[in-house]
Amino acid sequence: MSDLLTIENLKTYFFKKKKVIPAVDGVDLKIKKGETIALVGESGCGKSLTSLSIMRLVPKPGGEIVEGKVNLDGVDLTKLTENEMCKVRGRDVSMIFQEPMTSLNPVLTIGEQLIEVIINHQKVSRPKAREKSIELLKIVGFSRAEEIMKDFPHRLSGGMRQRVMIAIALSCNPKLLIADEPTTALDVTIQAQILELMKGLTKEFDTSILLITHDLGVVSELAERVVVMYGGQVVEEAPIDSILNNPYHPYTDGLIQSVPSLTGEIKELHTIKGNVPSPDQFPKGCRFAPRCHKAFDRCFNEHPDLKAISDSCSVRCFLYEDKQEEEEYNV
Amino acid sequence: MITYIIRRCLLTIPVLVGISMVSFGIVQLAPGEPTALFIDPEISAEDREAYLEHYGLNDPIPVQYVKWMGQILQGNLGYSLINQGMTVQEMILARLPNTLLLMIVSAIIAFAIAIPIGVYSATKPYTLKDYTFTTFSFLGVATPNFWIGLLAVTFLSVQFGWFPTGGVATLNEPFSIFDRLHHLILPAVVLGTSDMASLTRYSRTSMLDVLDQDYIRTARAKGFKQGKVVYKHGLRNGLIPVITMTGLMLPNFIGGSVIIEKVFNWPGIGLLFIDATFQRDYPLIMGLVMVSALLVVVGNLLADILYAIFDPRIEY
Ligand SMILES: Nc1ncnc2c1ncn2[C@@H]1O[C@H](COP(=O)(O)OP(=O)(O)OP(=O)(O)O)[C@@H](O)[C@H]1O
Ligand code: SF4
Ligand SMILES: [Mg+2]
Repeated sequence: MSDLLTIENLKTYFFKKKKVIPAVDGVDLKIKKGETIALVGESGCGKSLTSLSIMRLVPKPGGEIVEGKVNLDGVDLTKLTENEMCKVRGRDVSMIFQEPMTSLNPVLTIGEQLIEVIINHQKVSRPKAREKSIELLKIVGFSRAEEIMKDFPHRLSGGMRQRVMIAIALSCNPKLLIADEPTTALDVTIQAQILELMKGLTKEFDTSILLITHDLGVVSELAERVVVMYGGQVVEEAPIDSILNNPYHPYTDGLIQSVPSLTGEIKELHTIKGNVPSPDQFPKGCRFAPRCHKAFDRCFNEHPDLKAISDSCSVRCFLYEDKQEEEEYNV
Repeated sequence: MITYIIRRCLLTIPVLVGISMVSFGIVQLAPGEPTALFIDPEISAEDREAYLEHYGLNDPIPVQYVKWMGQILQGNLGYSLINQGMTVQEMILARLPNTLLLMIVSAIIAFAIAIPIGVYSATKPYTLKDYTFTTFSFLGVATPNFWIGLLAVTFLSVQFGWFPTGGVATLNEPFSIFDRLHHLILPAVVLGTSDMASLTRYSRTSMLDVLDQDYIRTARAKGFKQGKVVYKHGLRNGLIPVITMTGLMLPNFIGGSVIIEKVFNWPGIGLLFIDATFQRDYPLIMGLVMVSALLVVVGNLLADILYAIFDPRIEY
């Protein structure tokens, strides 16, 4: 499988009143065609901002991509003009957001919100776009699709609105679907339905997914590989099995420990001490050091790099760096 | 929708009745007797008594009110005390078109200028242009319209002679659209200035709020260009609170037209109002109050209906 999306050293900063906030600070990420990747990490670690950077929708004024490449199918999105980027959004890359209640325009009908995006990207007549919209609504599970077309968003429940968002996102067969916590705002049974739907659809449409979440249950349900972020950087990247059963980075370990259902046993719930440092006051050494129970001297003075420790796993931690150097030495 | 409109119309009836009572009451309280102006002071007490009796001025006040209302409902606002032989409705109807013209043109100018500026400021907030517009709108809100009107007449009309000093048309000239517009433009702009300024503020604030909403981010994620995002997805939402404000601004507008008509000698109901007040022409005053109230009520009604059309979340 070839790579669909390659992010290299992406840095997205906020510039506020002479203060520089390095919210995304050197993220590397690869997504293969048809693959589902989960991006996990605590609140504020830069997950949403990474995805908005891919879309070039970083909040303005203040937010800016300062460095890095975002290659989609060989095209560096950071180099495109705004007009060229408009052709990519919604067609090649589309997005589902966390808040289904507010993500749809309250004054436009569901039908209009579907039709407009189809017409925007495809050379089809309005009636054709209408037909296609009805079809899409049926695919995402509305049996009375014709009636839903005429409805306004406030008439639909959260789960229904998220289905509409999925229909909109998939309407132009995107290569990449970014789902930013798509089920967080929904109740548990609806969550399962939406995940099921996304799983089936991406198979059908052969779309890659970048799934952002802090729910590891959702991750194990959908994703093949997991990228763990901390403090604006990737700290570990590994296949889902490796992450769940053999996490390398102490932060990933803490994250897994804090989910009761995954470890199987009923034991005292583990939490990671302390809070995520805010991006304008990261510590000098390893960003996790103040909270890490394995931290040693070096961690407080030097900043570790993200290093591959096997074919499929990379980790940003000094604990493994030595090991790797030893191995290299031994060979 | 239809039932909503009907219900909303019916709701205006008690409002109008209330206004009629208040305006009737206020005129009763005003000092100065209605007879003082047109009864010969020399006539005998009996003749005067007969006169009062004849015009129903001796009836108890509630009876007078009911009689008056009864006549109004038949479309009869009574006779002017000053211009003998003229009915109140004749006098008002002769002036009303001028006032409506002034107000409508003024509102169109205010909207046409304020909303694009407000939207523009909201898309480029905290820039030099935004601050400039903000400063001007605060000045516009803070400066009384009549003062701007006086300045406009002094400089633009008298000093530079660019505009006529007043009236609706040049006297003794055949009707010409150009001439009418030439007379109309200054009072219309001046009447609209403070509302234009506050409309700019409202539409800026409202659009700024809207452009920060999640559905705007969705629209951008769909690949729409800035213009379509702002005008298709933003503006309709941003205008909803502005419509409500418009309904509330209307009384302001009518009050303002009284003064502006005086400044520009514009023969509308505002000028008539001033004359009627100074001459204690009670039937005319009451008629004018009722007509103004009706304008306000109808304006609010229209704003409410527009609101319901614009915002599908309103449940009827
Ligand atoms: N508009 C903004 N202005 C300034 N800083 C911002 C802005 N938006 C985000 N940030 C900063 O970027 C950091 C990352 O934010 P982001 O939304 O990507 O977090 P997240 O990982 O998606 O968190 P969550 O799980 O809560 O959604 C935040 O800690 C915040 O400090
Ligand atoms: S580098 Fe040190 S502080 Fe950072 S995660 Fe590894 S052990 Fe902990
Ligand atoms: Mg987020």
